[in-house]
Amino acid sequence: MLERGEVANSWRRERWDSFRLLTPNWQTRLPGLSYEGPDPDGYMTMDEVTGFVERFAAVSRAPVRTRTEVTSVRPAADGYHVTTSRGEIGCRTVVIASGACNRPVVPPFHEAVPSSVEQLTPFDYREPGQLPDGGVLVVGASATGVQLAAELRRSGRPVILSVGEHVRLPRTYRGRDVLWWMDASGVWDQRYDEVDDLTRARRLPSPQLVGTPERATLDLNALTAMGVELVGRWAAVRDGRALFSGGLRNVFSLADLKMERLLGTFDEWAAATGRDAEVGPPERFAPTAVPASARLQLDLRGGEIRSIVWATGFRPDYGWLDVPVVDEKGRLRHDGGVVDGPGMYALGLPVLRRRRSTFIHGIESDAREVIDHLARYVAQGSNIRK
Amino acid sequence: MTTAANGVNVQALLDAREALKGSPEAAQFVWRATTKWRNGVHSTTTVKEYFGLGQEQSHKTETVFDADHPEVFAAEDNGITPIEYLLVGLASCLTAGVASVAQNRGIQLRSVEATLEGAHDIRGILGADSDVRNGFNGIKVTFTIDADASKQEIEALVAQSQKRSAVFDALTNPTDVTVEVA
Repeated sequence: MLERGEVANSWRRERWDSFRLLTPNWQTRLPGLSYEGPDPDGYMTMDEVTGFVERFAAVSRAPVRTRTEVTSVRPAADGYHVTTSRGEIGCRTVVIASGACNRPVVPPFHEAVPSSVEQLTPFDYREPGQLPDGGVLVVGASATGVQLAAELRRSGRPVILSVGEHVRLPRTYRGRDVLWWMDASGVWDQRYDEVDDLTRARRLPSPQLVGTPERATLDLNALTAMGVELVGRWAAVRDGRALFSGGLRNVFSLADLKMERLLGTFDEWAAATGRDAEVGPPERFAPTAVPASARLQLDLRGGEIRSIVWATGFRPDYGWLDVPVVDEKGRLRHDGGVVDGPGMYALGLPVLRRRRSTFIHGIESDAREVIDHLARYVAQGSNIRK
Repeated sequence: MTTAANGVNVQALLDAREALKGSPEAAQFVWRATTKWRNGVHSTTTVKEYFGLGQEQSHKTETVFDADHPEVFAAEDNGITPIEYLLVGLASCLTAGVASVAQNRGIQLRSVEATLEGAHDIRGILGADSDVRNGFNGIKVTFTIDADASKQEIEALVAQSQKRSAVFDALTNPTDVTVEVA
């Protein structure tokens, strides 16, 4: 196992200070290692996550070579040739577990933003004090965007949040964590080959959730109540002005309708499986409130905004992979973790084999199935599929 | 896949989507219109040819659109105003979207009607107040849909239609427009 830094490196280095997991502690488990602390319904801080992953490395006795950065993987006569910062390795098979969030994605028009406005990605951001005083434009309303917008607003700054398509969820539903419902009702069990539009499922933004001791919901209504101003998707920069989409109402409608449908499936499941008595009564939430007049443009030179935080998603980085298995969009071509190259595999990608693959505990069944394929490949030494 | 009969060949659209994933160049269309000034603020615009799927294409028939201003603008009212054509485009695009999405979801439509209102402060175009924009201040579309579906499913049709609408996008997001003299 090759690790460019330390065990749990990206959790240590690529998250902001207040970051907590979205999954409750009881759900944060790895094969043979579960949370045993006093707060099963809480959410791990970064220190707790790195401690958890370190414990797993120890109990699983994983042969991790730390501070070993892979700079190239290329085909060789009998497998692959791997070049690392600590030498060369030959291997018959490779499992790519480098994740889906190696680089922040920022739209090209960021170059047209005046230099008087400071720009940060979530990889740069640690805490509000690092930003200049004054207004902040947070771009993107997935988990990262809503969390940073809330934190920056609480620091006393005026915050504008640019909102495109997003996934709205309540933190708790009928008295249970919403991710308990995803797990128990079987939504997360849906297999990658049963999903209608797999490309879309794999690109779905993270839900508007935050893990806090209060188990508070952090949807757009919560942000509006805090005084965050909502604007549409940022479409372009023209003459030093940010231009926002006028389609805000529809992204609200899409997210509200999808949440309603999801809660409906939870209710149907609870009724069908006789769980109604264990949980609270069905709930419905107010539609996302549309601002009286969402502005369509913002003068970036006027001083109202001093900084921009781009919470516009992440992409994987396969720059080191000298094997033609990456598509024109920069995504790995794979079928449930079986990569389109002999003896090459992937783990830890969104909806790899199931919807739960996106989460820490999703790795267990994925790893068993992918490694089962790998073991057969090694045993047979031939091009088996599936 | 579906039993609804809304008259949309969804399978052809889905097949095209798959086919064009692998050949983005064939997906590049150019829509065209040519306009002739008549008199006053009256003009006629002709639409027939366009480019797509890698070659020149043509509508079955040529269509000519008259545009003018109404009598309250001291004009002859030989046709609707140019800005009303935006409502025509938006309404027909969203309605086509509703039918397509309904077909794809197996929802039988019985009637779909849309009413559009574009709020327009004409002090902008008259130059009477430089703080007033020339275009619409806002557009409101109200759909009345009778279909074999719940209210929520109908709302989802309308939302998905907006999500995939060319004209909704063109009106809600900025577009780079070049105007030059030949």
